[in-house]
Amino acid sequence: MSQLQEMEKRLADGQREYVLDVKTQDMEINMGPQHPATHGVLRVVLTADGEVLTSATPYVGYIHRCAEKIGESVDYKMFLPYTDRYDYLAAMNNNVGYCLAVEKAGGIEVPPRATWLRMIICELNRIGSHLIAFGTYGLDLGAFTPFLYGFREREWVMSLFEKLCGARLTYSYAYPGGVINDAPEGWLDELLRFCDVFDKKYQEYDALLTRNKIFIERTRNVGIVTKDQALRYGWTGPSLRASGVRFDVRESQPYLFYDQISFDVPIGRGEMGTTGDCWDRYYVRMLEMLQCTRMLRQCVERIQADTTPGEFLTKLKNYRITPGEAYVGIDNPRGELGHYVVADGKDVAYRIKIRGPSFCNLSILPEILPGAMLADAVAIIGSMDIVLGEVDR
Amino acid sequence: MLSLLVTLGAAQQVGSTVENPETGILEGIFDGWFGDTFGPLVSAVLGLIIVLTLCSLLPMFWTWAERRIAGRIQQRPGPNRVGPFGLIQALADGIKLMFKEDIIPTQSSRFLFMLAPGIVLAGTFVAFGMLPLSPSVIVVNTHLGIYLITAFLALDAIGVIMAGWASNNKWSILGAMREAAQMVSYEIPLGILFLMAGVTYGSLNLVDMVAEQEGGLFGIGQWMLFRFPPFGFIGFLVFYVAILAEAKRAPFDLPEAESELVSGFHTEYSGIRFSFFFLAEYAAMFLLSGVAVCIFLGGWNLPFISGSFWRDNGMFGELLAVISMLFKSFILVFVMLWLRWTLPRIRVDQVMSFCYKYLTPAAFACLLAAVFWAETKV
Repeated sequence: MSQLQEMEKRLADGQREYVLDVKTQDMEINMGPQHPATHGVLRVVLTADGEVLTSATPYVGYIHRCAEKIGESVDYKMFLPYTDRYDYLAAMNNNVGYCLAVEKAGGIEVPPRATWLRMIICELNRIGSHLIAFGTYGLDLGAFTPFLYGFREREWVMSLFEKLCGARLTYSYAYPGGVINDAPEGWLDELLRFCDVFDKKYQEYDALLTRNKIFIERTRNVGIVTKDQALRYGWTGPSLRASGVRFDVRESQPYLFYDQISFDVPIGRGEMGTTGDCWDRYYVRMLEMLQCTRMLRQCVERIQADTTPGEFLTKLKNYRITPGEAYVGIDNPRGELGHYVVADGKDVAYRIKIRGPSFCNLSILPEILPGAMLADAVAIIGSMDIVLGEVDR
Repeated sequence: MLSLLVTLGAAQQVGSTVENPETGILEGIFDGWFGDTFGPLVSAVLGLIIVLTLCSLLPMFWTWAERRIAGRIQQRPGPNRVGPFGLIQALADGIKLMFKEDIIPTQSSRFLFMLAPGIVLAGTFVAFGMLPLSPSVIVVNTHLGIYLITAFLALDAIGVIMAGWASNNKWSILGAMREAAQMVSYEIPLGILFLMAGVTYGSLNLVDMVAEQEGGLFGIGQWMLFRFPPFGFIGFLVFYVAILAEAKRAPFDLPEAESELVSGFHTEYSGIRFSFFFLAEYAAMFLLSGVAVCIFLGGWNLPFISGSFWRDNGMFGELLAVISMLFKSFILVFVMLWLRWTLPRIRVDQVMSFCYKYLTPAAFACLLAAVFWAETKV
């Protein structure tokens, strides 16, 4: 009798769609913090009924490095290298976002050449970051080769950055007041060459993964995030746009010179399944890479036409910023990266708050993982393209 | 090792019921010295040594080949430092694995944990005994050829489940369960296609099957691939997909699935025990490809060469037959490697539905076609 009642309760819950004739127990599995598919030290405690997940709880904070607190202890210039390190795949975007916030708080003028260079590095880094997203997503789903194809082009991006500022991963290139040095000779021409080659190589990615039948079957109608859900969880970036929301900070609240160039904002259309599924999230990133090369070409054209070489930094005696506060949100490869700077007249910020896109996007996991299969969990986490360095900061 | 001997001895006992047992590689040679009882066993042991050598050398070659091919596909060199073209890399890896610490988790079921790799390896290696490489290079020539091969390969599933269970690791047990489901499911289309072969050739012995495929149009007309068009070809495709799943190769590598289950059932294994699983996987790849060649691709038969060529030229014919057989199997194994480095992995429910919705009905269609064709011929 009691067993029957238990069955009824389970059905009324809606948790189980079937009645079991044997007593089974859900298995609790720790996915991470050391797991190949969690893209860092994310720990998700899953309960699974066979291969079907019944609940998921993400635990974050394994590489918390007190980025915000450090921002309140060291001066404005010295915090710059720390911005490289929270989203290490998009260090350029982080630098730019932080510098924009400091400049807005302090009313610092930036020469136009520096602004164009900043746009170039932002979009170039977006390509680099999306290539990692593309490659590791293939890796998550068991396809090894796209990863190395992606790295082939990423290597060129890295070497372009190396020529620009000497570093390959943590650049600290943008600087409050401009950028640390001008583009070396021939660098802009090489950039144009890269754009041409990249557009060709993009076809290979499409053939290898995007249109692969198995890949489509693995990602379509998996991990669907509706428009409503995405907005409720504060999603931003390509993941939000994949759910059909046309929101891009570059378009809605243009910073730098994004209002002076033309670009499209790709949004998810549910081409292969439902709008907001894993395939859409993946494909929006792929389309964004093409937009990046389109923007890069325009930027190079404008920087060569409108600016004089050598004017790349407003030199300031000190960075003692008058009391005030500023928030600047930029669109980094994972979504809206916000920096909120409160200045109190010293050369150290009173408060720095960072709004990380990966952290906000990650919070949806407990809602969309239950009901998916274990292999889908990997596909879903991979499709959100999170960087744990930025989640934990 | 003991289990190897016992199983092979059993196979030999079954094999001794063959009516014309003169075709085995060493059969009959020792009967005069050791009598009818022990003679077959001695010849089996010696044959086993040959098989073991082959089984250990081929996977070593294939690990090297896989890494070179993967390198080629992924635009990187692959191992090229140890020996010419990196050929000795596999040996170096083997030595490294042998000297590594053999870690047995304290919470594991110790006995089963240690036994599992042996069972996986034994199952695959013994199955080699029934695979002919030429008309007479075969350890155990029995009427039950492919039947025994499937039986011994099924040991593989037991070993894997044992490994997953004994590891006391949740990811391992998930991998083991996947393996169990996958192996049992894909043995169905495989078994049906074995039946098709049995119906077509009137024998379950692989040597007889190859003999049945001699001659025909251009010397290839009698290959199963070109019989009952298009069912022979469909049968081959189904068979190939099924052996991919049986050998746990991509896109059916769910039991291992690095990115999902860390390493699946062999997560907790290290050193030489890990290499047992590795060897068994590569040996199974080659073995199943060999079976596919024997059933569908005419074994050692080549176009424009008459079937009697292999038998009439003594050692030379046998040697050429071995080379032809190895070459054909290598092509099939190469395609396996190629697929592995190109395709993503299928999800577990898709693996099951693919098997039951498409492969099994297709295999049945092939069996029916073979039955009706055979019926109308007679």
